[in-house]
Amino acid sequence: MNLQAVGTSQYRGGGFERVTGQQKYVADIKLPGMLESKLVTIDCAHAKILSIDTTEAKKVPGVRLVMTAADLPQPVPRFGPQIADRPVLADGEVKFHGEPVALVVAETIEAAKEAARLVHVHYEELSAAFTVAMALDPATPLVMDPSLRPNDPLARTNIFNEYHFGWGEIDESQADLVVENTYSFPMVTQFSIEPHAFIAAPDKDGIAVWSTIQHPYWLQKILANLLGLPLSKVRVYAPDPGGGFGGKQHTKYEPVLVFAALKLGCPVRLVLTLEETFQAVRRTSCETYIRTGFTHDGKLVFQDIRANYLVGAYVDIADRVVAKGSYAGSGPYNVPTVRILSRSILSHTPPATAFRGFGNPEVNWAVESNMDEAARLLGIDKLEIRLRNLAKKGDKFIPYDKPADGDWREAVLKAADLIGWNKPLPPSHHRGISVGMKLGPTTGLSYSLVRLLGDGSVIISCGTSDMGQGARTVFAQIAAEELGIPYEKVTVVMGDTATVPYDQQTSASRSTVLMGNSVLKACHAIHAQLKTRLANVYQIDESKISVEHGKVILPDRESPISDLIRIALGKLGGELIGVGEERKDAEKDHPLGGSACFYEFNCTAVETEVDKDTGDITITRYVTVSDVGKSINPLQVRMQDEGAAVQGLGHTLMEHYIFDEKGRIRNLGAGDYRILTSMDLPKEFYSETIENADGPGPYGAKGMSEGALLCVSSAVASAVSEAIGTTIKDLPLTPERVWKAIQMQK
Amino acid sequence: MNINNQHYKLEVSSSKRLLDVLREDLNLTATKECCGIGECGACTVLVNGKAVLSCLMLAAEADGAEIFTAEGLADNGQLSALQKAFLEKGAVQCGFCIPGQLIAATYLLAQNPHPTREEVEEGIAGNLCRCGGYERIIEAILSVAEKGEEQQ
Repeated sequence: MNLQAVGTSQYRGGGFERVTGQQKYVADIKLPGMLESKLVTIDCAHAKILSIDTTEAKKVPGVRLVMTAADLPQPVPRFGPQIADRPVLADGEVKFHGEPVALVVAETIEAAKEAARLVHVHYEELSAAFTVAMALDPATPLVMDPSLRPNDPLARTNIFNEYHFGWGEIDESQADLVVENTYSFPMVTQFSIEPHAFIAAPDKDGIAVWSTIQHPYWLQKILANLLGLPLSKVRVYAPDPGGGFGGKQHTKYEPVLVFAALKLGCPVRLVLTLEETFQAVRRTSCETYIRTGFTHDGKLVFQDIRANYLVGAYVDIADRVVAKGSYAGSGPYNVPTVRILSRSILSHTPPATAFRGFGNPEVNWAVESNMDEAARLLGIDKLEIRLRNLAKKGDKFIPYDKPADGDWREAVLKAADLIGWNKPLPPSHHRGISVGMKLGPTTGLSYSLVRLLGDGSVIISCGTSDMGQGARTVFAQIAAEELGIPYEKVTVVMGDTATVPYDQQTSASRSTVLMGNSVLKACHAIHAQLKTRLANVYQIDESKISVEHGKVILPDRESPISDLIRIALGKLGGELIGVGEERKDAEKDHPLGGSACFYEFNCTAVETEVDKDTGDITITRYVTVSDVGKSINPLQVRMQDEGAAVQGLGHTLMEHYIFDEKGRIRNLGAGDYRILTSMDLPKEFYSETIENADGPGPYGAKGMSEGALLCVSSAVASAVSEAIGTTIKDLPLTPERVWKAIQMQK
Repeated sequence: MNINNQHYKLEVSSSKRLLDVLREDLNLTATKECCGIGECGACTVLVNGKAVLSCLMLAAEADGAEIFTAEGLADNGQLSALQKAFLEKGAVQCGFCIPGQLIAATYLLAQNPHPTREEVEEGIAGNLCRCGGYERIIEAILSVAEKGEEQQ
């Protein structure tokens, strides 16, 4: 296939606006008569609210509303993507550090902040559960009111859900070696540089909401339910988010803002501080107990995994994270028997939600670290033990799911080659190599509209959120390819539920595949219309005309679509409109409700040097290789993989929430919570792809953008443990932790 | 004050930050707010030619100053060399940190037209990016430095 626009590194759609500062994010939008607001919180992880005194706050000049749960419809409305457990404002009890008890609305943000300080909350502090052990202690109070989950046998525990996956019966006698460990993965936050922001405004007989949301149609549904409005009266504007990483998937403070805006009859804006985003979204932390059985030659015999994920005070989407993150826990390997027990454990901590990797990095860290320990104990090379177990293309490595869909060995060998696996290392340098695999979406539904205008330019309407991954660029490239027009002539419209057709969500690295196929189908619908029209114009049979990759092939000649569009449209002109629909239906009996659309596979290899006096880790060389099927835009693929790798280095080396003894987070914000800066990068960085056009997306593409984050931790830890002669089983590998591990050896 | 070669005369409350005046009073929203405590660099502007975090500066302190923000980088729609390089090298993902990165890079190249990679890493160390992992930004800045098309 000779491709023109696809497979090239077109400039990022919306790039011009972003380098000139013209791009409007939610916090940049000002509506006439808009009021500002501030959340009121207490410095407590768990408390019973006795009373809230708003008298003083209301006296601050410019204050228009101080809203508490008592001002909301009763009983206080609750919402959530999995279970409607979260009250619009704290309802008698604060269940995590930072849960809002009131919202102050004022003419200026200064007045709102001042009044928020003057809201006096009388409360009784209660003991908080903020670790797995605390939450599972029978003496710990229940985080969730059992009445919210009737008929649930777990309702009187802090376990929200339990999942059992696996196949075969584990028979330990078959294993020559059993490696048994417990690994912990820290609580980390998405840390989008754009903090969440929201505006709600009455809109005739409905409501309009601007949000930094990844899933505008899901938000629309939740608000419609809360307000008892038809979907058509809830308009969600979703300007391109300034980074999402999962943390902007679901409804947060839009509901309280909507109630305030309707009460006041004017627009209200809420822009979170970075500290508040830490209390709004985070990754599930996890403690994974794992036993892995091997034969003497390093073949896997069984994987026995128990993963305790700590979700927050409200479920958000975290229970799905637990299910999907642990389901493929045994990794991209052929394992004869597997037993996985994973649990979503409620706690008095900020609600965990989706975060790039969706629960997989947590368990991958344990599985891959055990592989390294087995390699060491069995005297097998770390690369070799992986190659011996890796699933080959077509292997049903998860018996009831999609067979392995890539040449994963090729990716591993490429990474090994790039890191120089068999070459001598400089003194005091060490290497690690790891593999990661994650399921793409299990269900999906994406509609698109493609309009080929009379002058040969194109408008695509589709509901994906372009939060930095560059979805606009990819869809424009597909349309340019199929309709034979320059990339620059395509405009992509997103982010308005009233004018753009439905898309289920922007997550699970789905958009290139699902929305990409939808756009492709819409272009093909235009091809069909072109044929009909041209057959009519030229008075020939439609079957004598074919259209492909932007060209019309007539019996006597070939022409670009752009040369024939005017002829095809005729005197009235107008446009051709193609509708695309791509669905991946649910599967009733599947443990996850649907099988994998594709797998994201990645191999990461690192070379490190450890300063034994300080515990400081330097990554001297870093290699990430992802199987992406086909790069629609090679530069954007590289950008995704580099970004994912550096994000993965964050939870590997430095990121974690620190709690005090009462469950309050002590390192909120950029001052005390470190993410990588330009000074913390690997000294050499290589990002490569495997492209065998074997994905289900356009031109053989697979989803990508999470893969390169999956197995960063184990690759780095493996090299570090060789350097210091002992294994660290808790992330992040902070200098303090590494230094202590070195001292313990002495 | 003078902002991007335009003169502004305004009265501001003594507690307002330069960032608030730019964004809220003058609607110059290229300059972003993320951390609000001078750790992330999203609000970087030039004040009298020096890179400054506008969330840490009171507007009153900028009385009479020459301010340069990301809105001023392009000249009548013509992108600067750095802006072009950011697009060409793939430095721009979500874009929220980009105005601050561009201002930091502009300042860096004004001070040091031919920086080494290490000097670039140091020059933008105060500007956090969560999407891209910095490699593309560093490459973009180095490419402009090599061409000798430094800004300002």
